Amino acid sequence: MKFEMLPELASATASANLTSEHVPFSSPLDRRSFLKCALASGTALSICDLAHPLIAVPTASALPKQDDSRFRVEARFYHKLQNRKIKCKLCPRECTVGDKERGYCGVRENHGGTYYTLVHSRVCAAHIDPIEKKPLFHYLPGTLAFSLATAGCNVNCKFCQNWDISQVRPEQAPADYAPPKLVTELARQHGCPTIAYTYSEPVVFSEFLMDTADAGHEAGIRSVVVSNGYMQEDALKAAYGKMDAVKIDLKAFSESYYKDVVVGELKPVLDALLTLRKMGKWTEIVYLVVPTLNDSDSEFRDLARWIKRNLGTDVPVHFTQFHPEYLLKNLPITPVPTLERAKAIADAEGLHYVYLGNVPGHPAENTYCPKCHGMLVERLGLTAKQMLIRKGSCPFCGQQIPGVWHV
Amino acid sequence: MDWRRDASRREFLKRCLTGGAIVAVSGRVPPLAQPGTAAGKSRVVIGRDPMLRTNGTTIDAGRILSVLDRTMQALFQSDNAIEPWKKLVYSGERVGLKVNTLGGRGLSTNLPLVEAICERLQQAGVRASDIVVWDRDTDELERAGFHFSTAGNRVQCFGTDRAGYEEELVTYGNVGSRLSKILSQHCDVLINVPVLKDHDGAGITAALKNMYGVIHNPNKYHPNGCNPYIADVNMLPEIRRKMGLTICDAITASYEGGPGYKPQYAWKENALIVSQDPVALDYTGWQIIERKRAEKGLKTLEADGRAPHYIATAADDKHRLGTNDPKKIATVEV
Repeated sequence: MKFEMLPELASATASANLTSEHVPFSSPLDRRSFLKCALASGTALSICDLAHPLIAVPTASALPKQDDSRFRVEARFYHKLQNRKIKCKLCPRECTVGDKERGYCGVRENHGGTYYTLVHSRVCAAHIDPIEKKPLFHYLPGTLAFSLATAGCNVNCKFCQNWDISQVRPEQAPADYAPPKLVTELARQHGCPTIAYTYSEPVVFSEFLMDTADAGHEAGIRSVVVSNGYMQEDALKAAYGKMDAVKIDLKAFSESYYKDVVVGELKPVLDALLTLRKMGKWTEIVYLVVPTLNDSDSEFRDLARWIKRNLGTDVPVHFTQFHPEYLLKNLPITPVPTLERAKAIADAEGLHYVYLGNVPGHPAENTYCPKCHGMLVERLGLTAKQMLIRKGSCPFCGQQIPGVWHV
Repeated sequence: MDWRRDASRREFLKRCLTGGAIVAVSGRVPPLAQPGTAAGKSRVVIGRDPMLRTNGTTIDAGRILSVLDRTMQALFQSDNAIEPWKKLVYSGERVGLKVNTLGGRGLSTNLPLVEAICERLQQAGVRASDIVVWDRDTDELERAGFHFSTAGNRVQCFGTDRAGYEEELVTYGNVGSRLSKILSQHCDVLINVPVLKDHDGAGITAALKNMYGVIHNPNKYHPNGCNPYIADVNMLPEIRRKMGLTICDAITASYEGGPGYKPQYAWKENALIVSQDPVALDYTGWQIIERKRAEKGLKTLEADGRAPHYIATAADDKHRLGTNDPKKIATVEV
C-alpha cells in the first residue's frame, strides 16, 4: 500500500507511543489533557485504517474507474473569462484554464467555463500525529492532530518528501471519501483536539479545508494548516482565517531559489506572512536548509532580519534538516553544524525561539525562556517530554511565552 | 548510428550477427535518414484529399486508407502499401498508437484513421492483440468515439487510468515524471497519432506536445509556453527509444482557442502530416496554422505572445530531437 507510511511518519509513529511516565506536567489541566491524548495516540496508531489512507486501491491493468463526481465541488476562488476560460484566483500563479483543462496544481478543472475542485473530501493520507511533527512547538504541545491531505500542490519543490501525493493528479492517488463531518468525528473519536491539513499543499484543497474547519469548530475541534503560503491574499484571509494556527514553509530567502527549486515566488509568501501577522494568527515558520542552495550566512541573516523587522522576535523559526528526495538526490543530508550556524545567526539577530528540526535529541528542540533561559518545554524528536509553561508564562521568572499552550 | 528507436549497442550487434547489417537487410528506417531523402534533410509528407468526407462530416474509410497509403509510401519511398509498416515494426513487436482525445468528437484523432493504421499494421504481420490504442483517460477515449477493449484477440484500447503509471520517476532537464505503464509495459514501438491544434500555452500542439499524455504530471509543465518542458519530456529515454513515427491528424485542425474544441476556430484541412522527425513535423504544422490564422485575419502566434518556442528548443544542441530549419526539411505533398 503506497501511503502506508509517509517518509517522515515512521519516526512520528515511534515517538507518538507516549506513556504517562513521560509526562511530568506541572499543570493539572495540561497533564490531564496530555495523558488523554497520549492514550488516544496509542489506540489510534494501532488501528490500521488510520495509519493508511482510508481506502487504498492498487493500480492494476483494467482497473475500474473511480467515481470522481462526489469529490467535485465548484471552486471558490476564480473568475470567469470569455470562451469558457477561467482565471484561478487561489494562488499567485493565476492560471488561465481553458475548458476541460486543469491548473498547475492538477486538482482543479474547468468544465464548460465553471471551475471545480476535484479533491473536496478526497482524502489520500490520514494519520494521527503529534502536533510537534507539523512542526508546531508553541501550539498545544504534547497533543495530537488528526492529519490529512488530498493530492496536489501549487509548486513543485525538487526536494519534496511527499511528492507521490503532492505531485500527482487526484485520480492517481488512492483516496477515500471523507467529508468534513466524518473527519471531525474521527478526530473526536481518537482524542485529537486538532485537525491538521498537511503533507501535500492545503492551498489547493482550500474549499475542503474551510468546510472541515467549520465542521470541526462546531464540534469543538480546532484546525491548523501546514502550508507553503503561496496564496493570494483574499483566499488566504478566507481559508486560513478559519485556522487556529498556521505553519508556513519559507523555503528560502531568495527569489532565485524559489524560481529554480520551488517553481514559485518568494514575495507572495512573505506577503502571506505579513497578512497572517495582521490577522493575529498564530504562525510558526519552517526553513528547510538545503546544502549549497540556501545555506549561506547572508541568507540566514537576511531571513532573520526580515522576520524581526516584519513579524517580531517571538515568531518561532525552525531550521530543519534536508534529506535527499525526489529530484534532489544529488545533495547530502544537511550537516548539523550548518543548522547550528543558522540558529546562531538567527539568535544573534535577536529572534527568541529558534529551533532545529529533524535532529532528534538536539538541545535546540527545546523551548527556553528568552529572559531567564530556563528550559520550558523539553522535546525528544516529536515527543514533548516535559511542559512547564503555566498560564502562558515561564514558571521561573514569569516571562510571558507567546503561543497557544492550553486546550 | 542514429537508429529510429535508439537501439542499444547490444541489440544492434545482435541484429547484425543474426540478420546482417540492418540497413542492408532488415530495412528498419532510422529517423532523419529516410531513404531517398537528401542528406541531412528530414522528410515531412502531407497527404490531402478534399473529398475525404463523404457528406461533409463522415470520413470515408476507403479514402482515409488511400491517403494514409500515399503518405506512408512517400515517406518511406515505397511502391507498396504494406512495406513501410514492415520497416517500422519488427515481427512480434507490440505497437502503441498514442492518440489525442482531449477535444472530444470534434477535435480528436479520428477513429477511421486509427482503424486504417491498425489494418495496415495487421497486414504487415502485427497481431491485433499486440496493438494498443491509448490515451490518458478511458472516458476521454470513449467520448472521442473509441471503444474500450481489452479482449484477448482484438486491438486493445484503454487509457492510462486503467493501467496506471510506473512508480519510478524518470527525469530529464526540468522534467521529473512517472510514465504510463502502457508505454513502458504494453508497447515496443510507439506511433504517435496527435491532432494539429492551436494551444493557448504552447502556441500549437502536434507531435511533441502529445507526449504530455504519457506522463503523470503534465499540469506541471505548462508554464513559459511549455518550454523547455515539451522538449525535455520527449527526451525521456523510454519515449525517445520507442518513438517510431508520427501520423498527425489534420483532417480537422484548429487555429485558435485550442486545445479544446471550439467549432468556430476549427477548419477542415483534410490532411495527414507524417514524419519520423517530430520537430520538423511540428514546424510544418505551425506554418499551416499560421497560414490559416493569416487567412482569418488573426495575429501571428508570435504577435499573440505565444509562438511555439519549444520547437526550437527541441532542435537545439541539448535535445537534438529533430530539425526546425526549413532548409533541412523536405516537405512533400501527395
